[in-house]
Amino acid sequence: MELFKATRSLPFMGKSKIAIVISIMMVLGSYALLFTKGMNFGIDFVGGTIVQVKYEGSAPIDEMRKRLSGNALFEGSSINEFGSPDEVVIRLKNSSESVTQDIGDTVREKLAGTGKFEIRRVDIVGAKVGSELREKGIMALTLAVLGILIYVAFRFEWRFAVASVLALVHDISIAMGAIALVGLDVNLDVLAALLTVLGYSINDTIIVFDRIREGITDSKETNLEAIIDESITKTLSRTTLTSLTTLFVVIILFAFGGEIIHAFAFTLLVGIGIGTYSSIFVASPILKWFGFDVKNYRAKLSQKAAREAEKERLRAQFEQGIV
Amino acid sequence: MRLPESTRMKLNYRVVLLILATVFGLFFSYPSFTQSSEGKKITLGLDLQGGLHMLLGVKTEEAVNSQIKSIASGIKHFAESNDILIEGISVREEKVVFELLDSDDASAMDEQLKTIEGTVIHASEGKYAISMTPEAVEKLKLQAVDQAIETIRNRLDQFGLAEPTVAKQGIDKILVELPGIKTPEEEQRARELISRAAKLELMAVDEDRSMRVNDLSEAEAATYGDKILEDALQPQMKHLVNEIPILDGTMLTDAQVGYDQNNRPVINFSLNSAGAQIFGDFTGKSVGKRLAIVLDGKVYSAPVINERIGGGSGQISGNYTTAEANDLAIALRSGALLAPIYMMEKRSVGPSLGADSIKASMIALIGGFLLVALFMILYYGMAGVVANIALVVNLLLILAIMALFGATLTLPGMAGIVLTVGMAVDANVIITERIRELIREGNSVRKAIEAGYDNAMRAILDANITTLIAAVVLYVYGTGAIKGFAITISIGILASMLTAIVGTHGIYQILENRMSKSKTPGKFFGIKG
Repeated sequence: MELFKATRSLPFMGKSKIAIVISIMMVLGSYALLFTKGMNFGIDFVGGTIVQVKYEGSAPIDEMRKRLSGNALFEGSSINEFGSPDEVVIRLKNSSESVTQDIGDTVREKLAGTGKFEIRRVDIVGAKVGSELREKGIMALTLAVLGILIYVAFRFEWRFAVASVLALVHDISIAMGAIALVGLDVNLDVLAALLTVLGYSINDTIIVFDRIREGITDSKETNLEAIIDESITKTLSRTTLTSLTTLFVVIILFAFGGEIIHAFAFTLLVGIGIGTYSSIFVASPILKWFGFDVKNYRAKLSQKAAREAEKERLRAQFEQGIV
Repeated sequence: MRLPESTRMKLNYRVVLLILATVFGLFFSYPSFTQSSEGKKITLGLDLQGGLHMLLGVKTEEAVNSQIKSIASGIKHFAESNDILIEGISVREEKVVFELLDSDDASAMDEQLKTIEGTVIHASEGKYAISMTPEAVEKLKLQAVDQAIETIRNRLDQFGLAEPTVAKQGIDKILVELPGIKTPEEEQRARELISRAAKLELMAVDEDRSMRVNDLSEAEAATYGDKILEDALQPQMKHLVNEIPILDGTMLTDAQVGYDQNNRPVINFSLNSAGAQIFGDFTGKSVGKRLAIVLDGKVYSAPVINERIGGGSGQISGNYTTAEANDLAIALRSGALLAPIYMMEKRSVGPSLGADSIKASMIALIGGFLLVALFMILYYGMAGVVANIALVVNLLLILAIMALFGATLTLPGMAGIVLTVGMAVDANVIITERIRELIREGNSVRKAIEAGYDNAMRAILDANITTLIAAVVLYVYGTGAIKGFAITISIGILASMLTAIVGTHGIYQILENRMSKSKTPGKFFGIKG
C-alpha cells in the first residue's frame, strides 16, 4: 500500500507563511490561556490529598458532599466523578503530617452507611514535597531542551539546533495550552508525557533535518527552499506513518488505559499531533529565516574537507619521512 | 511467506544476533510471565499490585533538642552529686546555660564539661553557655535519620510483611514501601508500628517462682503479679518476670557494642538521669537476682546482677558473637526513635485498583500491538511482517532486561511499553521507505537494501539519541512511578536499535536471493514494480 506517491516535491515552503500565522496564533492563544485560566496543578506539584472511592452502583455524590461538609478537615475540598458514575475522587487542599491518623479512615467513617464502597487510593503529598517536585519538573524540562539543543548543534549546525528547539517550544506551549483549556489535573504523569512529546517531536524534526542535510551535501540544488520541499516530501510518508502508529497506541491508551492515565494519554495525543505538524511546517521555515545559506555551508564543508585532506597529506608525508 | 530452502539460506551475524536476542528475551522474560519463584522477575510497582508508599520526614531538630536536654541533666546531676552549687541551669536557644556560684569549683566543672564530646563551652565570670558544635549537630541529625531507618526496618521485619523497602532518600527522608498491604486494617497497623516508640522494658525476674515457670499458666502467673515471657533467642525457654517493669525504653539513651576484660562482646547501654537513679536503686537492692531485658515482649537476656549499677550505664553480657551483640544493640537502640517522624508523602493503592490498572494497560498493550502490527502488514506487506518480528523481540527484550536488573514495572512504565510499540516500528518505517525509494529508482533489491540501511542509519541514530536524552533526564529528575516510565522507554529505544536495525537487516539478507529472483521485488516492500 502507498499513501504518498509524489514524484515531484510538494510546495511546503510556499505554505509556510500560512502555517506560521496559524502557529503563532496557537502559541499566543496557549499563553493567553496559561496566564488567564492557568494550569490546574494537581497534588504532585502543590501538595494536597486525594481519596478515590469506588461504590457498588453509582456513587451518592450529593450525600457524600453533605456528609463531608462542615468539617474543617474537608474545607475547600471537591468531590467529583472519576471515569465512571460509581467512582469518585475527593480532592483536599491540605495534607496531614500524621503517620498514625489517616484521612482514608476518616472518610470511611464519615461515609459509613452511604452504600457499599471501597477506598481504593489515598494520595497525600506534603507542600514541601510538592514544591520539590515542581522545581525538579521545571529543571527536567529545561535540561532536556538544553541537552537536545547541544546534541543537535553538535551533529548538525547551530541554526538546525535553534530551529528544532523553537519547534519544541512551540509544541510544548501548545500542548500546555490544550491542558489548560480542558483543565486537566497536572501531575507527574503529565510532566512525563510532556517530556515524551519533547523526545517524539525532536525525533520527527531530526528525520526531516537529516534529509535536508543530505540534500545539502549530496545534491546540486542550491535553493534551500527547493531542498527543504524535496526533503519534507520524501520523508512525508515516514512522518505520517510513524505518527499514525504512535497515535494508534495513544488513542487506545486514551480510550482503554483507565482514568488514571487519561491525562497522560491526552497530553501525548495533543503533543504528538502538534509535533508532527511542527516538524513539517514549523521547523524547516525557521531554518530558512535564520539565514541558512546553502552555498556558504557547502563552502565551509569543502573547506573542512580540504583541511582534513591536507592533514592526511601532511601525516602521510611525515610518516614517509620517518620511514 | 515461505522460507527459502536451507541451501539458499545463508546465516549471517545479524540474524544470529536476532536469534540470540530472542532466546535471551524468552529465557529472562519467562519467569515474569509465569511469576515462578525461580529466576529473576519483574516486580510490579505499588500502583499495579497495590500497597503503601510513604515518604517520611524526620524531625531531626528534636533529636538535637533532646541531646541538649540530656547534656543539661547530666551537668545538673554531676553538680548535685559533687556538691557544686550552680544556678539557673536551663536550655536556651539550643544552649545549656547556668551560673557557677563558687569559683573554687571551676576547675572541677571544667574538667567534667571537657568529657562531653562535641560541645563548645563558653565560660566567663562563672556564667556558662554550652552548645553543640555544628559538626556534632550535623552528625546527630544524620544519626537520627539512620537510626529511624534502622528502627523502622527492624519493626517492619518483625511485622512480617513480604518485601518491605526502607531506604534513605536525599539526606533526611525515609522511603517506605510496603507491597504486601492488602487491607485498611493492615495499613493502619503498619503505620502505627512505624511511628510508635517500640517497647523496651527492664524487668525483674521473679526468682521465688521462676523454677516453676513451665508449670504456670498465664492466669496463675497474673495472680502473683507476674507474667510469662518467651526468650527471644530460644523460643522454647520461658521467663517469669514481674508484670510492672523497672524501667522502659523511654529512659534509654544509647546502646553500643563493647568488649569486656576477656575480649568478649558486650552491650554497653546508658540511661537518662531519671533512669539511672531508678536503675541504681533497683540494682543496689537486687544483687544476686536477675534482670530481664525485654524488647517487644520477648526476653533478650536475663543477666544476674552482681553489684549496684550506678551512673546510668550498664553492661549486658552474654554468650554473644559480635554480630549477635550488634543486633541486640541495634534492637535496644531502636527502642526509642531519636527523633519523631512525620508524613511527607503517602500513596496507597488498593489491590483492586492495581488489578484494574493492569487490566486496562494490558488491553491497551494488546490492542495497540494488534493495530500497529496489522497496519504494518497491510501497508508494507512482507516488510511489515519483518518489522513485526523485530517488534515482538523488542518487547521480549524490554521485559527480559527489566527482569535482569530487577526493575519495577509501574503504570507509567506500562504506558511506556505501549508507547514503545508505536515508536519502535519507526526505525523500520524509515528503512522501508528508503528501500522503496531506491527500488522505485530502479536499483536492485540487494543494492536497495544495503543503501537503504546505510542512509537510514544516521537519521535513526540521531533521532533515537535525542529521545534518549529526554528519557535520561526524566529518569534522573523523575520520582517513583515516573522513573519506571523512563526506564521502559529507554530500554525500548536501545532494544529497538538491535531488533529493528540489525535484526531486520539480517532477515532481509537471508531473503535477498529469493527476492532478487522475483520480477517484481517491490511487492516485498508493499509497492508495485
